[in-house]
Amino acid sequence: MHGLINRAIQAFVASTYGEERWNDIMNNADLGFAQFEAMLIYTDEQSNKMLSAVERSLERPLPEILEDTGTFLVSNPQVEALRRLLRFGGVNYVEFLHSLDDLPDRARLAVADLHLPALELVENSPGQFDLICQPGLPGFAHVMMGVLRAMADDYGDLVILDHRGTQDGAEVISVTLVETDFAEGRTFDLGAHAL
Amino acid sequence: MMTADEMTGVIAQICPMYLVVDSAGLFRFAGPTLQKLRPDMTWKRKNFFDVFDLQRPRWVNSMDDLLKTAGAKLHLQFRESPQTSLKGVLVPLPDGQGALINLSFGISVLEAVRDYDLTSADFSPTDLTIEMLYLVEAKSAAMEASRQLNLRLQGAKIAAEEQAFTDTLTGLKNRRAMDHILERLIGSGTDFALMHVDLDFFKEVNDTLGHAAGDAVLQSVARVMVECTRHSDTVARVGGDEFVIIFEGVNEPKVLEALSKRLISNLEEPVPYGGQMCKISASAGTTLSVWNAPPIAAAAMLHQADLALYAAKRAGRSQHLFFEQGMQKDELQAATQGQS
Repeated sequence: MHGLINRAIQAFVASTYGEERWNDIMNNADLGFAQFEAMLIYTDEQSNKMLSAVERSLERPLPEILEDTGTFLVSNPQVEALRRLLRFGGVNYVEFLHSLDDLPDRARLAVADLHLPALELVENSPGQFDLICQPGLPGFAHVMMGVLRAMADDYGDLVILDHRGTQDGAEVISVTLVETDFAEGRTFDLGAHAL
Repeated sequence: MMTADEMTGVIAQICPMYLVVDSAGLFRFAGPTLQKLRPDMTWKRKNFFDVFDLQRPRWVNSMDDLLKTAGAKLHLQFRESPQTSLKGVLVPLPDGQGALINLSFGISVLEAVRDYDLTSADFSPTDLTIEMLYLVEAKSAAMEASRQLNLRLQGAKIAAEEQAFTDTLTGLKNRRAMDHILERLIGSGTDFALMHVDLDFFKEVNDTLGHAAGDAVLQSVARVMVECTRHSDTVARVGGDEFVIIFEGVNEPKVLEALSKRLISNLEEPVPYGGQMCKISASAGTTLSVWNAPPIAAAAMLHQADLALYAAKRAGRSQHLFFEQGMQKDELQAATQGQS
């Protein structure tokens, strides 16, 4: 699993539960190191050992932890870069949802060896969507749930999300847009980033 | 047939930075994004050449010239600050009605987006600007992550070097390695001799011929020392031009007497470097473990070898002396003399 993904989980756990807790988790995972490097590749076995150690330590179901990780990735100022990259997807939430089809390609443009599962947005009726997450990265759909929820807040829209389980091997998330401009979203300046 | 307003409405959708100039070079229409760059300016009937400095092609000085550039790439910038650079292309309008010019930011887009607070609504949906901005940010973030990794790896490399036993310049053992070997020999009760060697005139080589010459000399010195000693002996570089040789299993001075002479004379062989000859020599002092009553202390033996070396230096350099009881350093001597 790509270092960025491992590193994302590390960032979430360490900043939510503290560095000490993270070090304990990595001790239990017994990988021989405590920090994941964002730009290195790790085996699935290493990532799975870390994930089970996280699950044991936090005593919460993994899907829930992954969803919180997704929310953290968008809402925490520490990882502002990712939120900005996602906001490039569209000027409103619906446009953003449609841009998710391109997400794996966009990710690969930035980091050539980062492979994310294909995503497909199906618009069932205005304001009602299904996001189909192809297999390849277990738990990715749960992370996406957190991302979708946090991005809705970011745009200031109110949405209802529901993980609908697996259909033909792909996980399905239903997205219902209840109200746009429900709250004031966060601002996004195209050129605010210091280069 | 479309009216002029209908036509500019269509063009504004596709090219929000378009301009229409009449045959005299006066603006007739300007696209919405272009207008946003100079919100306080009235575009209508302003002269193209008053607003823009056309940098290329250089031969363009009038509206007639400008019309002749049709289809070619134009480089221009605003005359007033911020002097954003723009690229453009001109298409003449029929019946001598002037021309349509489409402008874009080119590579200056990064600053432009910041300077003018542009949003994605200011670009045509088919324009790749947003993708380019995305890519610049994504690559910056990825580069930053890589840079952090490089910094950490460099830190790890320095830490590893600190734990290493080898002197990277000469390939000899370093002081850490020497400490370990002394500890092992003393611990196992093995006899050994300890020779402290200090180069003479090395500083002169460094000062006159430079550090690179100095490094070449040190590498040559290392080779000579390894050649003059047995495989079971240890040669360590313990300072800039200081070396320690540990002779394992040696318990009498005789063999070392000859060896030290050969060593010093070999070290005096000039080392060629960059067309110059670097000449150095060496002084050395030696002590033997059998001269010390147990328990033997590595620090005490190093001190004895150091005193012998010091005496050799004082006796005129390029010499080797064995440690003798009563050897002292000058400052120590001076201090004790001062007391008495």
